[in-house]
Amino acid sequence: MSEHHHHDEGVPHRHPLRPDQDDTLTYWRAMEIAVRELLIEKQITNADEVRSEVEAMDDRTPACGGQVVARAWTDPEFRKLLLEDGNAACEAVGLERGLYKLVAVENTDKAHNVVVCTLCSCYPRSLLGLPPDWYKSRNYRSRVINNPREVLREFGTVIDDDVVVRVHDSTADMRYLVVPKRPAGTDGWSETQLAGLVTRDAMIGVTFARQP
Amino acid sequence: MPALFSSFFAGALPMKTFRGVHDIGGLPADELVPSEHDYALWEKRVDALMVLLSRKNLMTVDELRRNIESLGADAYDKMGYYERWIYAITQTLIQRGVITIDELGSRIADVQARVDDAN
Amino acid sequence: MTQTESVAPLFRAGDRVRVREAYPIGHVRTPYYIRGKSGVIERFCGAYPNPEELAYARPGLPKQPLYRVRFRQADVWEDYRGKDEDTVDIEIYQHWLQP
Repeated sequence: MSEHHHHDEGVPHRHPLRPDQDDTLTYWRAMEIAVRELLIEKQITNADEVRSEVEAMDDRTPACGGQVVARAWTDPEFRKLLLEDGNAACEAVGLERGLYKLVAVENTDKAHNVVVCTLCSCYPRSLLGLPPDWYKSRNYRSRVINNPREVLREFGTVIDDDVVVRVHDSTADMRYLVVPKRPAGTDGWSETQLAGLVTRDAMIGVTFARQP
Repeated sequence: MPALFSSFFAGALPMKTFRGVHDIGGLPADELVPSEHDYALWEKRVDALMVLLSRKNLMTVDELRRNIESLGADAYDKMGYYERWIYAITQTLIQRGVITIDELGSRIADVQARVDDAN
Repeated sequence: MTQTESVAPLFRAGDRVRVREAYPIGHVRTPYYIRGKSGVIERFCGAYPNPEELAYARPGLPKQPLYRVRFRQADVWEDYRGKDEDTVDIEIYQHWLQP
């Protein structure tokens, strides 16, 4: 693959433009460039703003959610706050509140929670970053809502017969974080160690947290 | 036999409800493939644009969704996720009068010409 | 009532409600699969501008009460194959709910 010399992204170009990738510039990618240039020229935004927002997006990773879960596992007062007011709990650990009301749902020995947005792709982005393709796919959105146990099996997750499955469809202004069960054999572990067991998929509810 | 008569004799009932192309909870679908990809820079820029425009009160996520939902079933299925987003963002900007169709068309052509010149 | 107020909440946690059986076009956040089904209010979520109006760049005021409603999966899907106690929780706006 040849070297790409990227010009400052977001700055209007008056000389030939190299596309981001080796493949051809599609109509929609040309539209993205066109609209961004027009908005910059109209001083609605600027290259720095776009760049900052992309960087902020890159900083939002599942590690943020993992931090919150690990704290809830070790601190009963925090767990209570998280379940009552998810946004306040995020703020309390130095994370973004997020734009939407965060509802934390806790997995227990009796209940397993899984989250979907059947209508589009609503997702707790401030805690988990951008959603994976499968979360936004037709197959997930159509089937996890009415056949959650089967879909979870496709992730390798088997829910016991005596455990209730609760599906949450993010249809409006709430965003959901699943608090997975704390794995056995982690007594005395530090928050950092525990956070390492908390995967993105466990916080969506399609898997359990990693075993030690 | 004309199509209209065929469906009548097959006992087809007239449609009584409406279901959006996006409203797919419970519809038949295939086994899950847990696929994902690292987002390309242009995709992140589309996402960033949405965040910025919302923050500046130039559009809402509701307008984004409604424009995506108004795509036909074929387009909804075949377009990529961020292709649908840039379509919907641009539609909203036109609807809101932030950009004109004329300047959009000119600039897209301009961008495409630059790539052609480079190749 | 001024345009900046909220519509008064009609329901509380524990109330049984039924989702209206209506099929309008337009931007609607009540999924097709839940129309006409009965469930229980799990919690009141607060009042928010109406997304059906926001979708057309209108202010969506007065704010509409939003609820999380819990349904038994067996009540929603004719051929549900999971446990009898399995549930689905959905956020639904008040104007889509009947007592």
